[in-house]
Amino acid sequence: MHNFDFVKPATIADAAKALAGDGAQALSGGQTLIPTMKQRLAAPGVLVSLTGIAEMQGVCMGDGGLHIGAATPHAVVAREAAKHYPALAALAGGIGDPAVRSRGTIGGSIANNDPAACYPSAVLASGATVVTNKRKIAADDYFQGLFTTALEEGEFIIEVVFPIPAKAAYVKFNQPASRFALTGVFVAKFANGVRVGVTGAGNDGVFRWSDAEKALSADFSAGAIAGLKVDPAGMNTDLHGSAAYRANLVKVLTQRAVSAA
Amino acid sequence: MTKVSMTVNGKSVSGEVEGRTLLSAFLREGLGLTGTHVGCDTSQCGACVVHVDGKPVKSCTVFAADVAGASVKTIEGMANPDGSLGVIQQAFQDHHGLQCGFCTPGMVMSAAALLAENPKPSEHDVRHYLDGNICRCTGYHNIVKAVLAASGQSVPAE
Ligand SMILES: Cc1cc2nc3c(=O)[nH]c(=O)nc-3n(C[C@H](O)[C@H](O)[C@H](O)COP(=O)(O)OP(=O)(O)OC[C@H]3O[C@@H](n4cnc5c(N)ncnc54)[C@H](O)[C@@H]3O)c2cc1C
Ligand code: FES
Ligand code: FES
Repeated sequence: MHNFDFVKPATIADAAKALAGDGAQALSGGQTLIPTMKQRLAAPGVLVSLTGIAEMQGVCMGDGGLHIGAATPHAVVAREAAKHYPALAALAGGIGDPAVRSRGTIGGSIANNDPAACYPSAVLASGATVVTNKRKIAADDYFQGLFTTALEEGEFIIEVVFPIPAKAAYVKFNQPASRFALTGVFVAKFANGVRVGVTGAGNDGVFRWSDAEKALSADFSAGAIAGLKVDPAGMNTDLHGSAAYRANLVKVLTQRAVSAA
Repeated sequence: MTKVSMTVNGKSVSGEVEGRTLLSAFLREGLGLTGTHVGCDTSQCGACVVHVDGKPVKSCTVFAADVAGASVKTIEGMANPDGSLGVIQQAFQDHHGLQCGFCTPGMVMSAAALLAENPKPSEHDVRHYLDGNICRCTGYHNIVKAVLAASGQSVPAE
C-alpha cells in the first residue's frame, strides 16, 4: 500500500476543509477502502478519517424519520434501529461478519455503492434521503450505476434519513464466500404505495422493480406477483449465478420478503 | 511518522507509525505481540481479530493511527493473571478446538466477543457468530464445542 498522510478531524467543517484538498479521500470503517488500497486500486495522498466526528455517529428519530449518522457502524444500527425500523436493523445485522459490522458504516457502504451491497436496497426501497455536507439527495437520484453515485468531488455523506414504512423486510441470498448478497430484495410498504429495492442482481447495480411495486401496491401478498417475470437481459452473470438464475431469485426473494414483512 | 498511544492488554503503549501502518503490524512488529496472526491480509479469514474498545475487529483492516487512544485486547491478554489459560483458551485445549493453531487467536477473540454479548449462545448462535473466522484444519465442530463449553453449557459427547 502506498503511504499517505492521515488526518482525523473532530468536526464536519474541518472534514470538509480536509476533503477539499488535492488527493484527499474519506475513510470511514475502512472495510472496503483498506483492502482496495492494499491492492493499489486506490492511492489517496491524504486519508481523512470520519470516525472521530460525533455529529456523524448514532441513530435517532427526528424530522422525516430515522436519522442514521454516516459513520455509524453496522453493529450499532443493528442494535439501535431495532425498535424504530426492524427490517433495516436486521439488514445491518446480516452484513458480513461481526468484525466487519464493528467497523463498517452506512456512509461508506452507500458511498461505495457496490452492486452486491445490502444498504443500497434499503435506501432505495425506503425512499431515504442522503444528506451531504452540501445538499440533500433523494435515493432515486443518488444511485447511478455500479460503484457510481451522485456524490461530487469533495462532497461527503453526513447522515441518511429513512421514512419508516408500515411494513418492510429484507431477504438476502448469501454469497457465502464474500458474505455479500448474491441477490437481496428490500420491500417497503408505505401508505401511498410499495417500493421494492433489488441489489446483487442488476447489471447497473441496485434498482427498483417497478412491475412488482405496482402489483404489490394493489395487493400486498406474495401471490400478487406470481404471474410476473423478471427479464434476464438486465441481470448480471458471474461464476456464482447466471442472469436467468438471478432473474428468478429476484422474484422468489421479493415474494419471501412480502411474506416476511 | 507520527506517534500513537493506546492501551494494549491494560498497559499504556506508544510507538511511531506511518499513516499506512495497520493495527496488526503495530501489534506484531511494533510491540512484538505476535500472537495476533495475519492469515489473508484481505479481511476474509479473521485470524487477526482483536478487540478495540471491547468490539471485535480485523486488525489487518484498521489503521493503527485511527485507533489512537483506544483500548485494545489481544490473545496475549486472554490468559489469567497467573499465566494459566483463560476459560475460553482452556476449553479450546480440552475440546481439541485447534490443530495447527493458526486461526486460534482470532477464534478465541471472536468467541470472547460473542460470550460478552450473549453469555449462553446456542450452537447456531456460535456457528453464525464465527462466520468470519476461517479454519482450514478442524472442520469447526470442536471449535463450536469449545465455545459452548466455555459458556458453561454441556456439550454433546465425543
Ligand atoms: C468480509 C466482508 C464482508 C462484507 N459483507 C458485506 C455484506 O454482506 N453486505 C454489504 O453491504 N457489505 C458488506 N461488506 C462491505 C462493508 O459493509 C463495508 O463496511 C462497506 O461497504 C464500506 O463501509 P466502510 O465504512 O467500511 O467504508 P470505507 O471502506 O471506509 O469507504 C468506502 C468508500 O466510501 C467512501 N466514503 C466512506 N465514508 C464516506 C462518506 N461519509 N461520504 C462519502 N464517501 C465516503 C470512501 O472514500 C471509500 O471510497 C463486507 C466487507 C467485508 C470485508
Ligand atoms: S488476516 Fe485479517 S482477516 Fe485475514
Ligand atoms: S487449527 Fe489450523 S487453521 Fe484452524
